[in-house]
This record gives sequence, C-alpha cells and structure tokens, in this order.
Amino acid sequence: MSTESAQFHRDADRLTHDLRHRAWIQKALGGYYIKRDEQKAKYTDWQQARASAAAAKYEAVNHLDKYLSELSDKLAARGTKVFWAADGAEAADYIASVARDAGVKRIIKSKTMTGEEIHLPQALEKAGFEVVESDLGEFIVQLRGEPPYHIVFPSMHLTRGQIDDTFQKKLGSAHAETPEELTMIARGLMRQKYCEADMGISGANFAVAETGHISVTENEGNARLSTSLPDVLVSIVGIEKVVPKLDDLAVLLPMLATAGAAQNMTCYNTLLGGPRQPGETDGPREFHVVLLDNRRTALLADPEQRDALHCIRCGACLNVCPIFKNIGGHSYGTTYQGPIGSVITPHLRGLQSWKHLSFASSLCGACGEACPVKIDLHHHLLQNRRNAIAENPVWWEMPIFAGFAWFMRRPGLYRFAAPLLRLAGPLLHAIRGKDIDPMSLWTRTRDLPPAPPQSFKEYWRGRNAKR
Amino acid sequence: MPNGSRELILQRIRRALSVKSPARHLAGAAAAPSGHKPQDWLPPVPSSLADRIALFEKNSLELKTEVRRCADASGAAVELASLARENHWQSVGSHHFALGNEAVSALGLPAVFTDHPYETAELERCDAGISGCDCLVAQTGGILVTSASAGGRVLSVLPPHHVVIASTGQLVGDLADAFSHLRKSHDDVPAFASFITGPSRTGDIERILVLGAHGPKKLTVLLVQG
Amino acid sequence: MSGLFPVKITLFIPCFIDQYYPGAGIGMVRVLEKLGHTVEYPESQTCCGQPAFNSGYWDEARSVAETMLDAFRDAEVVVGVSGSCGAMLKVFYPELFHGRPREAEAKALAAKTHEFSSFLVNVLGVGDLGASFPAKATFHDGCHGLRELGIKREPRDLLKHVRGLELVEMKEAETCCGFGGTFAVKFPEISTAMGEVKCASILETGADLVISNDSSCLMQIQGLFDRQGQNIKSMHLAEVLAHF
Repeated sequence: MSTESAQFHRDADRLTHDLRHRAWIQKALGGYYIKRDEQKAKYTDWQQARASAAAAKYEAVNHLDKYLSELSDKLAARGTKVFWAADGAEAADYIASVARDAGVKRIIKSKTMTGEEIHLPQALEKAGFEVVESDLGEFIVQLRGEPPYHIVFPSMHLTRGQIDDTFQKKLGSAHAETPEELTMIARGLMRQKYCEADMGISGANFAVAETGHISVTENEGNARLSTSLPDVLVSIVGIEKVVPKLDDLAVLLPMLATAGAAQNMTCYNTLLGGPRQPGETDGPREFHVVLLDNRRTALLADPEQRDALHCIRCGACLNVCPIFKNIGGHSYGTTYQGPIGSVITPHLRGLQSWKHLSFASSLCGACGEACPVKIDLHHHLLQNRRNAIAENPVWWEMPIFAGFAWFMRRPGLYRFAAPLLRLAGPLLHAIRGKDIDPMSLWTRTRDLPPAPPQSFKEYWRGRNAKR
Repeated sequence: MPNGSRELILQRIRRALSVKSPARHLAGAAAAPSGHKPQDWLPPVPSSLADRIALFEKNSLELKTEVRRCADASGAAVELASLARENHWQSVGSHHFALGNEAVSALGLPAVFTDHPYETAELERCDAGISGCDCLVAQTGGILVTSASAGGRVLSVLPPHHVVIASTGQLVGDLADAFSHLRKSHDDVPAFASFITGPSRTGDIERILVLGAHGPKKLTVLLVQG
Repeated sequence: MSGLFPVKITLFIPCFIDQYYPGAGIGMVRVLEKLGHTVEYPESQTCCGQPAFNSGYWDEARSVAETMLDAFRDAEVVVGVSGSCGAMLKVFYPELFHGRPREAEAKALAAKTHEFSSFLVNVLGVGDLGASFPAKATFHDGCHGLRELGIKREPRDLLKHVRGLELVEMKEAETCCGFGGTFAVKFPEISTAMGEVKCASILETGADLVISNDSSCLMQIQGLFDRQGQNIKSMHLAEVLAHF
C-alpha cells in the first residue's frame, strides 16, 4: 500500500465516522439536484446538448496540436506572450521570471485549479512575492492553511462560525453573524488588493483556437478585476482546455453553469485575447498565457481514456458522487477530487501511488451520467484498476483470484463444494464480529444473510426429479 | 527559450495522437439529427422581439437584475436621475456613448470618464458605473460588453452599481447570436469581451447566495424602446 | 395478461443468487412458466466473473467468463435476475473480450441477454401478472441495472399492477447503496456510510418493505437494517411478482 493510499484510508475512515461532517455535505449538495433538474428540464434536449459538447471537445482533443498552434498564433498576433510549459516547474519558473522582470511585488490571483495543481501560489511566495487569493472560497481556505475542498466550491465544508473565527484571528475583523457580513469583509479587503496589485494570475475554463481567446467563468467578479486592473496578467491554461470554435462556447458555457452549479449561466464569462490594445484605456499592458502540459500528453496517449481530457472542470461528478459525499474533498489528498480526480490523478501523479482512488468506488455510474461532456468516468476507473494490476498485481490477491477462476471453471466442483461452504454459515454466525471472523470486514457493521435451505441448483434438481 | 517547450509538447501530442481513440461511447454524437445546430438543444428562444424582451425580463427577475423600460433616451435620463436619488450617488463613472450622453450629463454629478486615461482610485470611489453594451441576450438574461461598447474593461465591474443603457434593438436571442454580432461589428473579435449575467454573487459560505461578492452588488438595465 | 408466443428461455442465475438468494431465481421461474414459456437452466454456469473483473484481474475474469460463453452457447434468449451480473454479460463481456478470441461469442451473448424486468416489459410486453402482495413498499434502483442497462420504468410498471401493494418513492432511490461488490469489503467504512444514507431514505418513506432488482444491494441494505434492529423487510422484484 502506498503512503498516499494509507493516508486515504485513514482520512476516509475518520470522515465517514464524522456524522456532523457527512450531514453537512449532504445538506450542502442536497439542493443541487433539484435545481439542476429544473435547469436541465428547460433544455430542448439535454442529452443532445451533451452529445454536441462532447463532439466539440472530442474534435479539439483529437487534433490538439493543430488547435493549440492556432490558439497560440492568434493570441500572439494581439501581443500576447505565449509560453509552453512542459511541466509545473517550468511554468512556475517562467511566471516568477515574468514577475521579477516587471518589478512585481504584489500578486492577486483568481481561481485556478491548474495553478493549485502545480503549487503555483507556494512557489511564488517562496520566491518572495505576496500572493492573495481573490476568490472568496479560496481566500478562506488560504487563510486557514487548508487545500480547497471541492474544485468549484472550495469552502463548502465550513460553517459561518468557522469562517468568522478565521477572519477574526487572521484579519483582526469584528465578529460577523451572516454570510453576507462575512462576504462584505472579504470584499472590502479585496478592493484594496485589486487596486494595489502589480500582477494578476488567472486560469481559464476554455481556450478558443479560432479567435485566439481564453475564456474565464466565475460568479464573483474577482477574475474580471484580477485580469483588468493589474499591469501584468498571467493566465495558466492546461493544454486540454482548447476548443476549436468560438461558437462551441455557445453550448459549453451554459452547460458548465447548469452541470456545475445548477445555474442558467454563470455570472461572468470573459474572453481575453490580448493585452491592452490600441484604443483601450485600461487592461493589462502585458498578457502572458502559459500553456501547461504536466503529463496531460501522457493521458492523451492513452486512447481508451483520452476523453478524460474533455473535462471542463464543472464539478458535476463531485456533486453526484456518493463517495465524495461521504468522505469529503480533503480525503482525496490531491488537487482534483471526486470521480474526475480518481480517473486522472493516477495518470498525472503515478498509477501505483494513486490507484487506490480508482479502487475507492462502487462504480455506480452517477458520474458518467452527470458529465456534460460525456466522459466515460466510471469505466475509466475500471480501466485504471486493470492497468494497475497488470503492472503490479497485489501479492495476496493473485492466489485468491487464480483460485476463484480455477474453481469457477469447474461446474462439477462448484456443485460439490458450494453446499459445504454454505454449511459454514452457522459457524460464521457464531464468530461474527470477533477477530477470527474472516467476514469481519462485512460483519463489523452489517449482518450477513442466513443461508437459505437450498441453493437454486438444488431446487432445480429437486423439481426435475419430480417431473 | 522565448516560447518554452512548444516543439517538445507538440511532438508529444503528435506521438500520442498517432493512435486513434475508439470513443465508442461517443457514437451518439454522430447520430444527432442532421440539420440541427448545437445551440438548438439549449433552452428554446422565442423568435418575436416582444417575446424575447419578455424572456430577458423573466431571466433578469430571477437573476435580480433590475430592468426599467424607457420610451426613449430622454426617458432613460429620467430613470437614471431616479436611480441616482434612490441610491444616493455622489459620483459616477461613465464613457461617451449615444444612449448615455444626455442621461449622464443631466445627472449633474462629478463623473470619471473611462474613455480617456483615468485614475483607478477615482473610479473606485464612484458609486455607480454607467455604460452601454454590445448586446443583450434573451436566453440567459445576459449583457455582452467589450471595451469599445462599455468604456473599457473596468467600468462595468468596479463600481458597486452597474447601470447599462441599451435599446431593444440590441436584444439578440442566444449566445451564438451574440458571437455572430461580435464578429460582424468588429474587424477582429476584441481582446476583451464579457457576458454579464446578473449582479456579482457567491454561494461560497454555506451555499447561501450573497450578492456583490466583488463585482457590482446591483445591476440595472435601462431598456430603451428602439 | 398478454405475452408473446411461448419462448424457450435460458435462465441466468448468478452464483450469488444461486447460493444466497435462490428465491429470486425461483420467483423468475414461476412467473415465466405462468406466462406459458419453457425455461431451461444450463447447470454448467457458475459465476459471471465480475469480482475478478472489478478488482482489475481481467485475465482471470475472462477465463471464468468463458464458462458462461460455453453454458449459453445454444441459448436463444438469456434472462437473469441481477442488474449487476446482467450488466457484466451485456455491457462488459464485449469489453472484456475486445480484440481477443471468442469476441464474436461474447457480443452474441451480450445481445441475447436480458434483465428480468426489462425482458417482461420490453420483450414480452407484459404488465399485469396477476400478482398480489399487500404492503407499503419502496423500490431501490440497483446502479448497474439503472445506469448500465437503463432500467428504471420497468420494475415500476410491473409493481403498479400488484394488488395491495402501495409503492412510494424514496428521495435517494437512485443513490448507490454502497455494496459495489468487493468495494464493500475493501472500503467497508465508505460502503457502510453509503448504506446508512440509503437506509435512512428508506425509513423516511414509512415503507415496511424495500424491493430491488438486485439482490446484492438487498444484502447490503438488509444487513444494515438487521444490525440497526429495524423491522424492514427486503425482497427481490421477482419474488414479489411471483405471489399469485
């Protein structure tokens, strides 16, 4: 078992016993289904919309070199500096050098999971820059020294009391009762930061090859401000974010809103294609787009799972996942939580160290059903399992499954041995829950069914004998 | 290297794509009824202007965007003056645009004009930002702004109350229509364009909706006939 | 009561049902024979191979699956009482045998396999089986049946004709019960937490009975209810429909 796996088991065990936490998350996501279904019902045909969205991403991902080149060239034509980063370190180094060259001291950041993935805030702080998170949820977890809990709702696990406590301790603010009061505290602080910042950092939800724009979706307006006020703007964009045409966003933007947050449309959807142009009176004078690989090309090279790169980071799969709802976002121990995280993390961070995320699933399929771009999520979990075992079978499982296969290929032996195993029923019942109980992983929390008086095979033989 | 690992990454991509993806589960995409555009699957948009206006107003109500109908530009000036009184504005930000010029000057308030070089700190102190827009989108209740149509990148997001003065002739059906408009009305799609759909909001604290997270807490559309 | 002309139906009884829930299989036999069909049961079937498949041991799963390909080689139509094992044959066998010997047989088996409620409603076109079972019940949608095989309406269409049965929907009808095969013992804490959510939703309906088309789910749900000391019963859909 890898250290990551051991940690996962510990965290998941702890969280599943935390009934208050579980109830909180269930409540937080409870309203999502109802509102999302209301939104979906407004669509002329939600399933066809999914097919269209999937088709657009399929085209992009399967011709990625063509579209990335087009994107890069069109951005550059407006004066954007495009930097292709093979990995996180290259990206962080470039961004730090941009900041140094521009004499930047204060950086304001809007939400970017890609930035989280490469630990960009930490790298920049280490290099001596002040980095402030402007997204409210990210700001709160940054103050608490916690990672984001959910890719879309970073602070959904916290109560207003906990947030008030954090604000009082870290900001010296007065006690605040309501979410509104707490939000206004953050708003007041941020306004100063936007105006003072020398550099803004953003991510992107999409990048349009046809016209050379990145597209940033948000509700708060912090990305609008972070990308307009500072003199220098850096946007970090995973290479898989590209879409072929501007018109693709006509479907993808509403679907991102519906699937992710049960909204008709997110509050701000901003296209950014260049620094301040002739005729503009504001906007950044320098605009850098960092295109990040960081093992996305490894996932691309897996033809079975390539569609995992369709992901628009809407968070729908997290919202519907019963695993996520019972273990919480932090248990995953990595940037991308939930089903998409369980699928891609083994590819991005190592199969053997992270395969446990793909095993920690009942394969219910709610994720694949919810995904607006039709990623075959739950089947990819099965494929990760197969790949992990093929590479490195578990030493004590091998004889069990070899034995299982050997036994099940012998119907005669099955007919003979199965009743004997059933006879062990009462014995198992007697040692239930005790240390020597081989079924203790089940019987710790659940009863076993009583063995029936006869198996189906015995019934069938019995009735044939009567005929 | 100026553009980093461009060639390396492109090489990795080409190598990866040399094996085709089966995508069996995407077979449905190919089976979509022909003659349909992707946006046909979105919530339907009525075709008459009157119905589109009604849809825009319905969406705005849900979003908490205030819509006030005005007979003409003078009517808009009257409404703007009302807004200024109701909200106790002391200074405003704006730019020069046909539908707004009369209304803004009639306010008689100190104004920061963002279509000339301006001080961010001054704009930050304004109580309202008054702008035009590229178009209004019926399907979403959204407003498309660009630097040219809305006085830059900051005016429509920094002051706590954003007022858009637009005409019913600027109403389009859906996002695809809005993109089409962007292409037609500019040589190149502008370096900055943003869909604004309601006042700024967050649900980050206990999933409870709070308006005015960072962007404007209030959004008003003065919808002028014509 | 309607039905097509008598068909020879080959029964698919997963190992799980054979050993622990034969009542589901017996119920299916009673219903199909009442409708006038002939049923046969190849005794050489053992297990569909899903435990090995889900654990990533696809070679072992394949070797077990070959036993099933043999057992059902001559079948015209195969009907099973498990959504998860049915999905294994219908959805995952083509995957398992993709690019391998016997792929054509796997595809053929997938095409002729049906889950019981889907077979009754969509192939035989029946609704009212003349069953009666007075109870207040709720239906749990087994995930594989629901999402791999698209079964949702069919069990409800059948249950609505059962005299005396009051069917109420639970809020979390489509939420996974947490069984998930080996998942239940590999991640018992998570599995139990998920089961608790399902059980709470059942209790909320006030039903005394939970019905499903997947016995493995019922093992999880009943196992939790028994441990909690709750007096809720569980039955497979086929057992309910066989009460005539």
